[in-house]
Amino acid sequence: MKYLSEFRDGRRARMLAAEIGRIVTRPWSIMEVCGGQTHSIIRNGIDQLLPNGVEMIHGPGCPVCVTPLEVIDKALAIAALRNVIFCSFGDMLRVPGSRDDLFKVKGAGADVRVVYSPLDALKIARDNPAREVVFLAIGFETTAPANAMAVKLAKQQSLENFSMLVSHVLVPPAIEAIMNAPGNRVQAFLAAGHVCCVTGYASYPSIASRYRVPIVVTGFEPLDILEGIRRVVRQLELGEARVENAYERVVTEAGNVAAQKVLREVFAETDRTWRGIGTIPRSGWRLSDAYLDFDAEHRFDVADITTHESPLCRSGDVLKGAIKPHDCAAFGKECTPRSPLGATMVSSEGACAAYFNYGRFSRSER
Amino acid sequence: MNASFDDQKHSNPDQDSPRSVRFSSTGKVSISGPLCPTPLRDYPHIILGHGGGGRLSSELIEHIFVPAFGNDALRTLADASVFPVHRGRLAMSTDSFVVRPLFFPGGNIGDLAVNGTINDLAMSGAVPHVLSVAFILEEGLAITELIAIVGSMAEAARRANVSIITGDTKVVDRGHGDGCYINTTGIGIVADGVDIAPSRAEPGDAIIVSGTVGDHGMAVMSVREGLEFESPIVSDTAALYPLVALILDATDDLHVLRDPTRGGLATTLNEIAVASSVGMMLDETAIPVSPTVASACELLGFDPFLVANEGKLVCIVPGPEAGTVVRQLRSHPLGAQAAVIGHCVADHPRTVVARTAIGASRVIAVPIGEQLPRIC
Repeated sequence: MKYLSEFRDGRRARMLAAEIGRIVTRPWSIMEVCGGQTHSIIRNGIDQLLPNGVEMIHGPGCPVCVTPLEVIDKALAIAALRNVIFCSFGDMLRVPGSRDDLFKVKGAGADVRVVYSPLDALKIARDNPAREVVFLAIGFETTAPANAMAVKLAKQQSLENFSMLVSHVLVPPAIEAIMNAPGNRVQAFLAAGHVCCVTGYASYPSIASRYRVPIVVTGFEPLDILEGIRRVVRQLELGEARVENAYERVVTEAGNVAAQKVLREVFAETDRTWRGIGTIPRSGWRLSDAYLDFDAEHRFDVADITTHESPLCRSGDVLKGAIKPHDCAAFGKECTPRSPLGATMVSSEGACAAYFNYGRFSRSER
Repeated sequence: MNASFDDQKHSNPDQDSPRSVRFSSTGKVSISGPLCPTPLRDYPHIILGHGGGGRLSSELIEHIFVPAFGNDALRTLADASVFPVHRGRLAMSTDSFVVRPLFFPGGNIGDLAVNGTINDLAMSGAVPHVLSVAFILEEGLAITELIAIVGSMAEAARRANVSIITGDTKVVDRGHGDGCYINTTGIGIVADGVDIAPSRAEPGDAIIVSGTVGDHGMAVMSVREGLEFESPIVSDTAALYPLVALILDATDDLHVLRDPTRGGLATTLNEIAVASSVGMMLDETAIPVSPTVASACELLGFDPFLVANEGKLVCIVPGPEAGTVVRQLRSHPLGAQAAVIGHCVADHPRTVVARTAIGASRVIAVPIGEQLPRIC
């Protein structure tokens, strides 16, 4: 696979890891923001190559994990309505709401469909004019442009039976929330490469200097991640706090300007609740007033949702890096991938699920 | 089972009914009710009457099933087929096939239904012998599609030297099925001295896979999702007994044999690790994956080790025998890319671990349900 296999070269990976080992003189805690990076770290075992003391904290960048319970419960309520075709990306289907998940609602008769793109949902709406088609629009800045384009097209084509349940979240406010949190342990960030591909990284220097925290825009393959880590460690050791771009083959400082224009038109900033973390001001996007007609929360009566989060679940502390998954009392007992209490146990990049699977192995190795 | 076409108005697929055709039954297709004079060719699609036991049903049997599957046992059209049993023990397996789309690059539900069941037999070391087939057809299925499916079944059976000796057809209302469901049940013969069981893996054993993994699942997925690649992904559906015969030739000490279908290689290996209470250490870079399948999985966020295969086997043999077995497998086109992918170990029992390309390790776990495409 051109442009992928080159970045998975084992020999170069070990060289980079050795280089990190040469420059590091004391322990550092680094957060990779994006769930895709967490997935790659676990999938490839990148953390095992790092010198002792360089710790990766898995950040809140898994959209599945941070989508608030309230939105999941609204999704379940809307999906259960008779005339609705509810469309979602696949990995949202197993995320537990207060009582059910989308798989269970589907099993009980709801028309829930897995799509690969919001444009697929748009096509379903065109093909089923008598049905209401709702798309669950979640994710970071990465998935937002396609979702924005789908709404824009729906308006252009007067597809009145299409709407979106929107719960978009934004990376920079989350980074600030983590730095402001009491007991924060994060000393540097690997910024999410594909988010920056859309947004650019012009907003990061002010965060880096305000919190004295190095931020390196980083890709997703093993060499990308190791290079990102090498650069933040170098900055940390030198006492620097700058923004660097280690993903130049994809990311420019300005980002995707055309996408940003559509995003500004379709979405507006809003306060957003992050599951397990709480409300972060101006950390999400909702549909802008011009597109309010396509907002599923307005179209369907789902205002009166009372949520019930498991009191045992400490996924928020995991997402903030305050505790490791196995520090949670419910870990591996009440909470397993088969019956997850929180979303971090559901998603393949969720820190708890990753620890559950890997932990079994490392315990038996000892 | 006297059928009249009035029955077409009602449809209850649950009832064994006038709409049922047993094409191994003589008397029951000679119906006494009103006969439809219209021959098969005037019905380009399956209608409820094709399962009604009447003239339409017998036309399906006469013009499609018997010519395709033609063998002495079937031609008698008796209620049951009688066949001689050879020496040895019998192996029996059944499988139902529901696949959407019915046709995909490299095959269709027909050859899948034949190969799937005879491969299950082969994995116990049995020589596949006879098959039954039961169709559940959806009203509206194009007759030409049925003919193509049946033709593929006949061809797959011929290649594998098995006879389809009995069958059944039901038709359900439009909207109650995905065109065509097929169940096949097979009987095979296990030679004396052959003892293969998932619980026989031992530390030190080599784990061998007969070729690239993930081809079938991604072939179906690419058609279903309308994904196009520079070179199309083709299902690997194939009958595996020839490879089994080669392995049995190469070693007297074959411990485990499985075909990693649903759930893919990862699920199969985990099942073996649990059944045998061994750990497994794989070399991820040694597991053959075709570049197109790897790219498609990358695109959708799938793990090729969790994607279905329909023409691959995993065998576990004592380490010292691995070289001979791999050489034997590679002598056959179906096993040309056979490789040792790892070993059974005494450490971390019941856990499958892979050494990754960068020299670290990861646990190869079984997903809770089906694999879901990732958001980002």
